[in-house]
Amino acid sequence: MTNGHTTEVTTTVLGADEIILNMGPQHPSTHGVLRVKLKLDGERVVDSECIIGYLHRGVEKIAEHRSYQQFAPYVDRMDYVAAVSNGLGYCEAVEKLLGTEAPPRAKVVRTILTELQRIASHLLWLGTHALDIGALTPVFYCFREREEILKVFEKYCGARLTTHAFRIGGLQYETYDGFEEDVKRFCHDFEHRVDEYETLLTENRIWVGRTKGVGVISAEDCIALGVTGPVLRASGLKWDLRKAMPYAAYDQYEFEIPTRPTGDTYDRYIVRMEEMRQSRRICLQAVENIPSGPILGKVGKVLKPPPGEVYHSIEAPKGELGYYIVSDGTTQPYRVRVRPPSFINLQAFRKMAQGALVADVVAIIGTIDIVLGEVDR
Amino acid sequence: MGHLIPSSIAPYVLPVVYAVVIVAVLPLLAGYIVLLERKVMADMQARLGPMRVGPHGLLQPIADALKLLIKEDIIPANADKLMFWLAPLVSVTMALLAYAALPIGPSFQIADLNVGLLFILGISSLGIYGIVLGGWASNSHYSLLGALRSAAQLVSYETAAGLGLVSALLLAGSLSMKEIVQAQYDQGTWFIFSVPVGFFIYMVGSIAETNRAPFDLPEAESELVAGYMTEYSGFRWSLYFLAEYANMIIVAGIATTLFLGGWLRPFARWHDHFPGTSLEFFDVIPSLVFLAAAAYCFYLAPKQPVQIQKAVMAAFGGACLLLAGAMAAALLASPEVMAGVHGAFWFMAKVVAYLYAFLWFRFTFPRYRFDQLMRLGWRFLIPLALVNVISIGIAIVLKQSLGWIPFWAMLVMNIVTLGVAAWLATEGDKPEAALQTADTES
Amino acid sequence: MILNQVLFYFFALLAVGSAILMVTRRNIIHGAVFLISTLLATAGIFLQLQAEFLFVVQIILYVGGIMVLFVFVIMLVNLDVALRQIQFNRQKYLAAVLALVLAAQVGFALWVARAGLNLSNPSDKMPARNTEAIGDAIFQRYMLPFEIASVLLLVAMIGAVVMAKRRV
Repeated sequence: MTNGHTTEVTTTVLGADEIILNMGPQHPSTHGVLRVKLKLDGERVVDSECIIGYLHRGVEKIAEHRSYQQFAPYVDRMDYVAAVSNGLGYCEAVEKLLGTEAPPRAKVVRTILTELQRIASHLLWLGTHALDIGALTPVFYCFREREEILKVFEKYCGARLTTHAFRIGGLQYETYDGFEEDVKRFCHDFEHRVDEYETLLTENRIWVGRTKGVGVISAEDCIALGVTGPVLRASGLKWDLRKAMPYAAYDQYEFEIPTRPTGDTYDRYIVRMEEMRQSRRICLQAVENIPSGPILGKVGKVLKPPPGEVYHSIEAPKGELGYYIVSDGTTQPYRVRVRPPSFINLQAFRKMAQGALVADVVAIIGTIDIVLGEVDR
Repeated sequence: MGHLIPSSIAPYVLPVVYAVVIVAVLPLLAGYIVLLERKVMADMQARLGPMRVGPHGLLQPIADALKLLIKEDIIPANADKLMFWLAPLVSVTMALLAYAALPIGPSFQIADLNVGLLFILGISSLGIYGIVLGGWASNSHYSLLGALRSAAQLVSYETAAGLGLVSALLLAGSLSMKEIVQAQYDQGTWFIFSVPVGFFIYMVGSIAETNRAPFDLPEAESELVAGYMTEYSGFRWSLYFLAEYANMIIVAGIATTLFLGGWLRPFARWHDHFPGTSLEFFDVIPSLVFLAAAAYCFYLAPKQPVQIQKAVMAAFGGACLLLAGAMAAALLASPEVMAGVHGAFWFMAKVVAYLYAFLWFRFTFPRYRFDQLMRLGWRFLIPLALVNVISIGIAIVLKQSLGWIPFWAMLVMNIVTLGVAAWLATEGDKPEAALQTADTES
Repeated sequence: MILNQVLFYFFALLAVGSAILMVTRRNIIHGAVFLISTLLATAGIFLQLQAEFLFVVQIILYVGGIMVLFVFVIMLVNLDVALRQIQFNRQKYLAAVLALVLAAQVGFALWVARAGLNLSNPSDKMPARNTEAIGDAIFQRYMLPFEIASVLLLVAMIGAVVMAKRRV
């Protein structure tokens, strides 16, 4: 029961020299199968190395042997916490390759479901992050809210987690009866629930003490490493693809992009809480008038995009999720390369962990918000 | 009955009976406090908790105990066998030994030591050996570090808790637990109202002493360092567990005796009878509480899904009825019997209330990091405790020598202490950044 | 009366036995644990002599403070040197002879004084409330030595903190 520890100690006197501590791959707090090697000097982390690949399933290679529609369910399994976003990115990328667009009704419903998925992803992040830091209660409240969202997904497409909600060209399923009421009711309840989580954590001395000043990264370092998403926004840079390069129906709605100045764990927490509120705002605006019309554009049963390449990215809950698809004119793509936000963001771990205490490493891993399915693909 | 017992052992019979009762009841009580914790945790987390084993989980502790007893006993290969065997034993022994001086009622005390409070504090501090030896015996680098950290935490917060107790002792004037409760009766007020800051310090110190959240870093599973309990399974682990919960009850018992009036009922000196009877309002509360519990059990009994759960629930209801009857019958018995029975009820009620606060804190607050924990203990709590002792001393001098009314003396000095506390709390936030840079420079 | 004697012999046996075990163990942690049990047994004897304050202070200070320090140091410094050392050196026969001589002297002294060796009742000598009596003595009659001793302890504490801080 040693959680996969192996230690190499240079002397027998404790704490005097550098020790290499191995954390994982089986560990309750690494959010998946992540192995972290820490070089410690006493209590402080001098250097660290993340060893990944334990969940590599060869998704990108599989894509070369599947047709475009057949590959669509595979993308859900990458970031399995926010499957709907993955599907949105992929479908829009292929639509770009084909030169078509989804009809307006499909775009709006896609936006609603993606924003609900963003809330669900951030809720899971909040619950597990708080649990790592020792707050045992928020995780249950967050999962209670997440249940409501997953119920909406289940009623819509039959699945809770790996939804395959979107199709290339639009949607397959019409929204069910009561979809608007469900979304409105959720958004209405959620307003108070977010405030509940804030009262538990935001002003709590212990929470502030554990997260302020921990895992600081500057905006320059973020840009140099390619880090995007809430991590970048919490370091001060106001960059969100929903505003910078709008996709789906985001240009029709009003919402804010929260940023914070310092780039520590506390700021990332505030940014994600605020993002949940903004997502709720988008959902309410979108669900007010969903345009009528067809849900699936004219794309044909057999997809043979013209030869070419496309890179399309969206603002997934964890950062910029990009798809680089190369087509050689056949029904199967020549190459699908996924730019997973968790993989790129994980590079920030080394910078953040330098100089941190061992007890903070768990908080830092949690605050980057990684999903190993995405990191390893 | 008295002439059947030879006089040479007569003084020892009652203490032995009390000791046997405590040792027999305590594991059961600890088990039910665990059940209470799980139910309260579930309630705070918007779920139900154990519901299946027995109605509403009421037989869960028995199932858990049985499971732990029949588990395989694993000893790590290179462990120090003597220490491995001894460590949980030391923990449990010290935890149980402390009950010798704890008064659960005016007559329910195994030994009324002159230095009862010091005895309990001293014995509780010996529980450190259980942790340290357990970490050592695990033969793992990081288990040992975790154990030593836990011991350092215990020692630091014991100092603070002890100093918090001293402020109440200044008012009580004696170390004997019985006399402390008597002093609260004589002064007509529980000491929590006279020295609230002392109560706060003791409460925080006792949470850290029993390794409960938010000070449970040595025990947390999501941290890197394995705790001292890692290599223990089955019965040995259950001994550690029993020791932890017994310790919790002991600190609750000390807090109750020192600050919450021990076995005194609320408004103990008010004699406000119901007209026409000799019953006082607060004296009927014990029976009413058990009657309400019995009524609730009987109300829930038909709603249970399984037949045997219905029967068990009805049995619990019957037990509550019996207790209600005992409380009511005590009212009619001699004053000593009534004081004893009702005293035990009020004591246990206060202990349960204090433990509920413990549970509440556990599920509300995140965990402190170890260095933050030590900083809190040494830079906030101990200075505050020292200031508190001095200010209560000043209040007593004002009361005795200068003739101030006790209420005003206490109020003024408590406000002074609260001011110091506020200053200490804000001063503690600033230097954290300065300290980090200082560490990296040197 | 009989209980008194039984308890005394129990504690005495525990103390002497633990002391012998303490000096004969190779494993130093075992030695520390047996020292703890010796000190606890001695505390029991104090309680029998109705010196309850001394009993409690022995537990809090000696066992709960000093021995904790010993155990911490042993565990942090990881002294397993003794396990590999030869436990008896070349002078063992001379040492055995000297020990026997000393034992004979002590035995003779005890034999000569055997009439005066009985378990006296301490109750008439001890003040009824130990703690208060000690408190009175310390804070009234022996105030100055008490304050000097506490200043000494304070100096030692500050010195230890300063020395430890420099290393970090």
